[in-house]
Amino acid sequence: MSEMRLIEAVRDGLREELAADGSVFLIGQDIAVNGGVFRVTEGLLEEFGPERIIDSPLAESGMVGVAIGAAMNGLRPVVEIQFADFIFPAFNQLVSEAARMYYRTNGEFAVPLVIRAPYGGGVRGGLYHSQSVEAYFAHVPGLKVVVPSSPHDAKGLLKAAIRDDNPVLFFEHKLAYNTVRGEVPDGDYTVPIGEAVVRREGRQLSLISYGLSVHHCLEAAETLSAEGIDCEVVDLRTVSPLDTVTLLDSVKKTGRACIVHEDNLTGGVGAEVAAIIAKGAFEYLDAPVQRVGAPDVPSFPYSPTLEDALLPGPSDIVHAARELATY
Amino acid sequence: MPANDGIDHDDRLRGSGLDGDDAQQIYRYMLLARVISEKSWLLTRQGRVLFTMPCDGQEAADVASAYALDAANDFIVPYARSLGAMLVKGMTTQEVMLNMFGKAADPNSGGRQMPMHWGHKKLGIISMGSSVGTTIPRASGVALASKLKGEAAVTMVYFGEGSASEGDFHEGLAFAGVHRLPVVFFCNNNGWATSVPVSLQSAEPQVSKRAQGYGFPGVTVDGLDPLTVYQAVKTAVDRARSGDGPTLVEATTIRMMPHSSSDDHLRYRSQEELDAEKESDPLPRFRDFLISAGLLDEESDQVLRDAVDQEVEAAIEYADAAPAPDPETAHTGVYAP
Repeated sequence: MSEMRLIEAVRDGLREELAADGSVFLIGQDIAVNGGVFRVTEGLLEEFGPERIIDSPLAESGMVGVAIGAAMNGLRPVVEIQFADFIFPAFNQLVSEAARMYYRTNGEFAVPLVIRAPYGGGVRGGLYHSQSVEAYFAHVPGLKVVVPSSPHDAKGLLKAAIRDDNPVLFFEHKLAYNTVRGEVPDGDYTVPIGEAVVRREGRQLSLISYGLSVHHCLEAAETLSAEGIDCEVVDLRTVSPLDTVTLLDSVKKTGRACIVHEDNLTGGVGAEVAAIIAKGAFEYLDAPVQRVGAPDVPSFPYSPTLEDALLPGPSDIVHAARELATY
Repeated sequence: MPANDGIDHDDRLRGSGLDGDDAQQIYRYMLLARVISEKSWLLTRQGRVLFTMPCDGQEAADVASAYALDAANDFIVPYARSLGAMLVKGMTTQEVMLNMFGKAADPNSGGRQMPMHWGHKKLGIISMGSSVGTTIPRASGVALASKLKGEAAVTMVYFGEGSASEGDFHEGLAFAGVHRLPVVFFCNNNGWATSVPVSLQSAEPQVSKRAQGYGFPGVTVDGLDPLTVYQAVKTAVDRARSGDGPTLVEATTIRMMPHSSSDDHLRYRSQEELDAEKESDPLPRFRDFLISAGLLDEESDQVLRDAVDQEVEAAIEYADAAPAPDPETAHTGVYAP
């Protein structure tokens, strides 16, 4: 085991898969010479050469389209979209092509493809460097959507994503890159896609989250614990397909559920989780399902006072949990 | 009356790099594509097939271009009017008809996609959907993979001049140019994107000129003459295979039928215009050439037509009787295991 930052865990995962499998290659803007704008791919060009670490033209749709074609001809591309906010030009390629290729060819053509993109706010990135985009893709059958919260999971899930024969969207919180540290096992390991994990055991209330928001939930759980509210924290890790068993087991135990994400509320992953709870744990609920997320505003504005007014954080979770606990 | 009066037919054939057998093969594929297209149209009128996209007028371009590929090793990324190319690449008439009828054994999609939506892994035909233009960067990606794997395969992608208006056209060509990929971009310019004429796609109707912007050659050829098409595509394929990068080949063709069985082209084209266009139908033109070259006569043409007709009729009966997909399977195969 060694302690590392989340960004190092992602880089390690990429490096190991590149070294282990000659069919893996990376493509993205500024990822080669510059090592990526966040430096995730730093050093990989030197190690694996320009044929496998490819600086793409500034063209997200083309880059993803090229990657789909390469995947259909035997390679395992890993695309970096520089910011999740810029994934939309590639939306058609992902939704109309990658997602339904296996289905529409009756299982003949698979698309083993990973799309990595930094997401999330809190870095004063304004409206176009702060978004959470997972809900758009979680809606689409044929795609898998992964949002890790820890270095351990980031590396293990990324390796699983690269080995997966389906298109996987892999969202890394950009604020977590250098602020979230954790123990990572030495050597090869994977974390299975589609499995949630209980980060903190508790009896009274389930905080269900993913990505950086998991850390906000853990912080809130500490605060609430001091007030005598015993919270369980469930880290979904994968938002599509959802691990309904783990999240329902937690809610059946606690009887109270609060779903937390940084994405805005309407049509978000939280809405889907709430529907699953309503169907699968209705008789266990002692209170209405709560959601904490950004308000329905077009992403986070630039000025710190404006962004801070919208970013959901530990205090919002504490507030929602108190309401739930006293319902 | 022969279309090539005053021309030495043997010279023309030799000049194209094809021999008499090749020319006869190409004619047979063109005829087969036309008969399948015509009969498919009738099947939609009878309600036996629910949809089709005719290729009438494009047979010379599609067949002769595909004929320039190494059918066993190269890739085709098709579009909905690529029937002729599919046949050359090895798809059987029976397989085409299984696709038309949406049957379980359809190798293109097992009945999941609309007719004329191609994809056949064993034949190196990369699946297409209905969102046109997405195929163009995909072809560059297929070619990139061949290059990275050190394989000699060439990829050819087919699309219409309407698809060339999509952003993916630009992005796919730009990438292929930068990496000098073994890919041929084959634009079938029939002048119409459903009801919209090429004059409303771009102020410059000659699509091949755009290749200059990506740093590789672009040529426009008479898409109604298979020998000319073959020659241009063969040059492009050889260039791609030898590592010199992509070519954009534009074949000017005609669209003798509506966009699809759901379209009525008389809403936007006059009968006079359609009648005039029929005069340049590539099939009789090539037939006359073969007769003038001594490669075909009225009798052998009739024998061939009868054989093709029987082949298609037999395939229709076979596909019509083939089992439909099991409704239970509609839920399956969303994710690869």
